Amino acid sequence: MGKRFACHKISEGCATAEVIKTNERIMFYQVRPEDGMMDEKDHEIRGKIIAKKVLIFPGGKGSSVVQQDGLYHLDRFGNMPSALIVKDPDPVLVAGAIIMEIPMVDRIDQEFYDTVKDGDMVTVNADEGYVEIQ
Amino acid sequence: MKLTDEQQAMLDGKYGEGAAYAMKIQVGIGECFDAERMVPIKRAHVALSNQAGDLWFAEKLVAAGAKCRVAPTVNPGWCLDYFKKGWPDLTDADIEHMHRTDNAYRTLGAVLSYNCTPYVATNVPNFGEVCAFSESSAPPYVNSVWGARTNRESANSALCAGVTGFVPEYGLLLDENRKGDIVVHVEADMKSAYEYHCLGMMGDKIGEGLPVFVGLPKVITPEALRNFGAQLNTSGAYGMYHIVGFTPEAPDLETALGGKKPKHEVVITDKDLKDFAEKFSDENDGKIDFAMFGCPHFTLEEAMYIANHIEGKKLAVPMFILVSSHAAQMAERMGVTKVLNDAGAEIIPDSCPDQPVWHFLIGKTGVTESPKCAYYPRRRGLKFVLRDLDGCIEAALTGEVK
Repeated sequence: MGKRFACHKISEGCATAEVIKTNERIMFYQVRPEDGMMDEKDHEIRGKIIAKKVLIFPGGKGSSVVQQDGLYHLDRFGNMPSALIVKDPDPVLVAGAIIMEIPMVDRIDQEFYDTVKDGDMVTVNADEGYVEIQ
Repeated sequence: MKLTDEQQAMLDGKYGEGAAYAMKIQVGIGECFDAERMVPIKRAHVALSNQAGDLWFAEKLVAAGAKCRVAPTVNPGWCLDYFKKGWPDLTDADIEHMHRTDNAYRTLGAVLSYNCTPYVATNVPNFGEVCAFSESSAPPYVNSVWGARTNRESANSALCAGVTGFVPEYGLLLDENRKGDIVVHVEADMKSAYEYHCLGMMGDKIGEGLPVFVGLPKVITPEALRNFGAQLNTSGAYGMYHIVGFTPEAPDLETALGGKKPKHEVVITDKDLKDFAEKFSDENDGKIDFAMFGCPHFTLEEAMYIANHIEGKKLAVPMFILVSSHAAQMAERMGVTKVLNDAGAEIIPDSCPDQPVWHFLIGKTGVTESPKCAYYPRRRGLKFVLRDLDGCIEAALTGEVK
């Protein structure tokens, strides 16, 4: 068994996938639907793929339609992230995750953030309130 | 979160599958933000975007049999009646998409207002009233100017609130979260509604929090307040602000700050506003191809102002003035539309610059007074030079910006 951390459920579900981390806010509008690549000019993870990954990021940004619409387009190509781990949730992001049925959690000990790195396999179990680094 | 019997019954499907689905989403949002209960609303506004994701969600609610208990007003898409009259480049797919949006929201029982400034005339809350407004310009206006209470709803969550008639109680609905924590000293000369656009774009300088503005004029027009809120929420996701001596929850600085010390103070000068506009504007050789106003929608008064300035003249480039259907009808009735049309300007209801009806302007440069108008359509390939309204009118008459 890997290292387990408690978390707070935002959107239900459970998924295990490879991690991609960023320190910058995310607008799913700016991710390319065809392959799930971050396409925002000057973004820290520009050019990287978030499709089918556990995305660890600080929070969302942008107007009241950009998250759900962005995720919807990713979903058309099967390229949504598998799960979301966020620090500062806002209603636009939260509604987007719940409606598009992506597990999302927050409120995890800083030790998790210090330990986890790109490429780690992580389980996000929103229903049972934990994340686990495999 | 504790639900009342009625709310629990709704969640359990006793009010139909659509209401249960909407309630489930709202309970999820409420639990995310530690809301203790749901509270009733009488008013909502949905920032429908006429985009694929929004339409998918609206049609999903329709298929589940949802009906709005509180009929929300809605944001613009584009006006079918207007644009279908020989407008260039409109595809069958675009027309079908707008028809589907129209049908879905009609079936849900929304007020088909197609206007992004409901807080000016058609959907105005009372002081202290709890409501659910999406559309970036709306929460700042509703919370700050009217002293009503809304969170920064997403288009989807506001539609859910219309369906259930409730919102989870958290954030800006609670007294303790409505106090300012940043003081912004405005030393800039706020001479027209345009300067409020620029002041609202100072999010980076103001920082995260709830700003309290001091030093603004005694009289501030609805147009200026509309611009201010739209840009504040674009540049910094602010759902509320205070203007000392002007907005209802800020009779004085101490009250606006809730008796606490601000976490920081900033000063905004003329230079800040000018530097922003210069950096933001897509400056070129001075030639412009069109003028666009109405992001957010222009008021009847602004349409009349433009008409007064171009009456009897001929514009060098096309001008598009986007307004509510109410303003468009008044303009028609009053002869303002004729004056505008004779000079070469169009006044268009129900429509937004960030919609797929402006294909013929791709690659061209327009002039506008709204940074938000320039910001979103850029991804569609439209370029914009930024000037104040008088500068824009002058540019439309000569075909060149100064």
